[in-house]
Order: sequence, then C-alpha cells, then structure tokens
Amino acid sequence: MKKSVYNGLYVVIAILLVLPFVMPNSFYLDLAVRMAINAVIVLGLNLLIGFAGQISLGHAGFLGIGAYASAVLPTHFGWHPLLAMGAGAVATGVLAALVARPIFKLKGNYLAMATLGLGIIINIALRNEAQWTGGPDGMPVPAMGLFGFELSNDKQWYWVVAILLSVSVWASLNLIDSPFGRALRALHGSEVASQVVGVDVVRYKVAIFVLSAVFASLMGSVTAHYVGFVSPNFADFFHSIELVTMVVIGGMASVYGSLVGAVLLTALPQALATFEGWETVVFGAILMLSMIFLPKGLVPTLAAKFGKGE
Amino acid sequence: MMLAQFLQFLFSGITVGATYALAALGFTLIYNASNVINFAQGEFIMLGGMLAVFFTQAGLPLPVALVLAILIPAIVGVIIEKLAIEPVKGAETVTLIIITIGASLVIRGLTAVIFGKNTHSLPAFSGETPINILGATLMPQSLWVLGITALVVVALWYYFNRTLQGKAMLATSYNRLAAELVGINTGWVLFMSFAMSAALGALGGILLTPITMTSYDVGIMLGLKGFVSAVLGGLGNGLGAVVGGLLVGILEAMGAGYISSAYKDAIPFVLILFILFFMPRGLFGGKSTDRV
Repeated sequence: MKKSVYNGLYVVIAILLVLPFVMPNSFYLDLAVRMAINAVIVLGLNLLIGFAGQISLGHAGFLGIGAYASAVLPTHFGWHPLLAMGAGAVATGVLAALVARPIFKLKGNYLAMATLGLGIIINIALRNEAQWTGGPDGMPVPAMGLFGFELSNDKQWYWVVAILLSVSVWASLNLIDSPFGRALRALHGSEVASQVVGVDVVRYKVAIFVLSAVFASLMGSVTAHYVGFVSPNFADFFHSIELVTMVVIGGMASVYGSLVGAVLLTALPQALATFEGWETVVFGAILMLSMIFLPKGLVPTLAAKFGKGE
Repeated sequence: MMLAQFLQFLFSGITVGATYALAALGFTLIYNASNVINFAQGEFIMLGGMLAVFFTQAGLPLPVALVLAILIPAIVGVIIEKLAIEPVKGAETVTLIIITIGASLVIRGLTAVIFGKNTHSLPAFSGETPINILGATLMPQSLWVLGITALVVVALWYYFNRTLQGKAMLATSYNRLAAELVGINTGWVLFMSFAMSAALGALGGILLTPITMTSYDVGIMLGLKGFVSAVLGGLGNGLGAVVGGLLVGILEAMGAGYISSAYKDAIPFVLILFILFFMPRGLFGGKSTDRV
C-alpha cells in the first residue's frame, strides 16, 4: 500500500484530537459524537456497497438489533452492558450469515428488495414486542459502565467514539489492501471474471455482509448507550436510506468519502432546521441534486479533479 | 360462521390487493422502460388520494376532482422523469434508488407543507350501504375498486397488444437498442411510462381513500407493498403484477385475521423474502433480469 494513504488517517486523528478544544459548546460536541458514530457505520456499509458492489437497504435493522440488545438485556435480564453488546453483535452476525447465502444469489434491485424487506421485518418486530421493547414509544437504556467507571458525560463519550473511529479507519484501509479487499474489488468489477481467477464469490459476499452488519450492530449499541434511549426509529427504512446516502454522497469505495458523507449528512438536519416545515423537501432535493451532478460522490469527484487518486 | 369470516377477510384482501396491483403495474411500466425501481411510486398513490380530497373539499364536482387528481400526479411523474431520471441514464442501481427516494421525499414534504399533516377521508362513491353475501359484508366502494381495476387491466392489455404506441413501449422494454434501430422514440416511451405509472398509482390512491383514509405519509407502506407485489409477480410482468397485488392483499388480510393483526405489515415482506429465496424470478418471471 502506498504510504500516502495513511496520511489521511493521521489527518483524521489530528482533527479528532483538536476538535474538543475548539468546540464552542456541548451542542457541537454532541453533534461530533453522532457524526463519528455514523462514520463508523458508514465505513462498514461502504465496504459492502462501495467495494463489494452489493447494496443493502436494511442496515438500520442491524443497528436496531444492537441497540435493543443493549436496552433489553440489561433492563429485563440484568446483563452487563458489555455482555449485552456482544450478544447483540453475535445475534446480528448469525442472522446476517443465515440470510446472506440466499440473499446474495440475488443482484441489483432484487438484492435491494430483499435487504429492505429484512430491515422492515426487524423494525416491525421491535415495534410490536412492546412487553420487551416498549413498542413504538421506545425504552430507556441503562448507562454503560466499564470496570466500575461509568461513561456519563459527552466528553468521555467523545474520546471513546474518537478511538473507535480511528481504529475503524485504520482497519478499513488495511482490509481494502489485503487479499480479502482485493477479492472484494474484483467481484465488484466482474463477478464472472473473479470466479474464473478462483475467487469464491459467494463466500466473500457473505463475509463482508456479516462484517458490515456486525459493525452496524455494535455501533447501534454504542448509540443506544450514548443517547440513553432507543426507539424503533433507530431501525426504520428511512434510517437505512440515510446510511446508504452517506455512503454514496461521500463516495463509493472511498474510506475518506465515508467520513465526509457521514459528517455532511449528520449535520444536514441541523442546518435544515431553519427551513421550518420544508426540511423534508430540501433534504429530498439535495439527495436528487447530488446524485445527478455528483454520482461518484464528493471525495472521488474532487480527488479526480485535483489529479490525486485515493 | 367460519365461511362468513373467511369471505370477509377475502373481500377486504381483494379490495386492498387491487390497489396494490395498480401500484405494481406502475412499478412494472417504469421498470420495463428504464430498468429503474421507482421508489416514489407510493407518493403517487398518496398524491392521488390527497388531491381528490382537496379538490372535492374545494367544491369541485367529484368527476372533475378525480380527473385532476390523476392528471396532476401524471405531470409530476413526467417532471421527475425529465429532470432526474433522463439526465443520469445508465447510472448505478444505488444512484437511481437514491434519486427516486429523493423525489419521494420532495413530494411528501411538499404535500405536508401545502395540505398539512392531518388524516383525511373521501366519501364513498356510491353510499355506505353494505351488501350482504353469505353472512359477510361487502362495501359498495370495494366494487368500485375491483371494477375500475379490472377496466384498467383490460385497457392496458388492449394498449400494449393492439395499438402501435403500446407495441412500441413493449418493444423498448425487450430491447432498447433494437427498438431505437427500428425507429421507436425511446425517449417518448420513457416519458409515457412515467406518466402512466403515476396515473395508475394516483387512481389506486383515490379508490382506496374512502376505505382506509389518507395522509401525507401513507405513501411509503403502500409503495413498498406495490413493490412487493411487482416482485412477487416477477418484476416487469404485467399479469404477474396484478396477480401479485391480489395475492399480497389477500395474504395480508388473512394473516391479519387469523394470525396477528400487529404483524399485518410484516406479512408482505416475509412473503417476499421467501419468494426471492426460493424463486428469485417471482411467480411469473421467466425473462432474464440480468443486464450485464
């Protein structure tokens, strides 16, 4: 791997280190935490969509499983939050692995439909099992404690999430450059060709689907503890779309694009709040315009313009 | 008593299913012409119902209101095609999905701004006196839904099989390049497919509103169920879309009645997972859908 690729990682770490000291108030700190959480999810989703070329419109469902594992298991069964988080990740991984094989026989629009259906079923289940999940109203999530130390304020959360993000960026960069990553990119380019050179296409698709689903589940748990509350909206169709949009607007198959996409689309609703009532219209228009004029996404487009490949 | 209950579920299933069928036909038209899954299809359904409510409340006679409520969504469909779909011809599936979702958000947002977020209903076209059949009741509005859907299906069949324009559209769906080579204006076909698809959706929305009510946000679920119906019938197959729609409606009603009403909305999606897993081409889809 070209060493220059890691320069981006150093920049990300530098920004993360400086950010809390230039933050004017806690509103921005909260925004930064949510941006970073989304960035980690989008990194995982971009491995699936951007690098392997397999769409998922149901990722919020996996997020929901993680979030609700962290809410339900400690509340109703007295599990330790970390154990609950792990259980959520395992459950998500098993579910993703079970559905992955039949799902990845499908392509394009059919794959989109199947993943969308899966996400919606998870969401409906969360809404309806009110005795466990609080139904449409959601439920509170117990605080996350680590070795007797309780994560309570935004600043502590910021550092936890900043470390998670840095590690994720580093891991993604390495993964893409590994034989595994090369196989993924090969099957995006041409499935037939990659099969011919001996890539076990289905195995790689299943692996990356499970990986990105587990990523989402873990970050779902983190979000649940950070916000202190979960509701079925965590897992709804629109949230899945938001995540996919972050991938595409930032840039498919671009690690730094994922970060840019997550930052922009997390900030957007805040910026749109001034449009009172028109938020949905403006948000929809931005989605359409950016896809029409920047179909490759911001980072790859800009990189191409200034003559530097990633 | 058992029979009456079964019939009751069947009636409500077929009624709702007929509107899913109209939505599924809309998906099919656009998919055939452009290989695009139009995620804004549900908003056309919503728009049809909302506009019908708005125009009748404004005092327009019912027939005029209904025509306008079909015409305006058709124009909206054409605008989307011209401004957002045509410029990105040949883009990746993800890009097209996000564009149509963006369009659906714009339509939904505008509807909420203009008509508010309240739930509305439309009076039934010919009264509310139920008809009794073997102990089950059938609302006159259901007959309207079924009758008009049947008419539309026949009209579409005639259009595609007996008119030159329809045949041109069909030819484009089979092979765009070949159609262009024999002189078919495929741009026009794209234009027509969006107009017709939106009109079909709007019609379904209008017919359904007296039965289930409407509001600015009903489009997502209706659209997704229309989509499920289209995939169930074999995406791109007109007959399949109709059968798929009726089947989804009936299974949903039966599931709600006999299994769990709370999971009513999940039934179409469980169904679609099974269908995709075990017969990825849908019930009637013989045609290959890979475009490498």
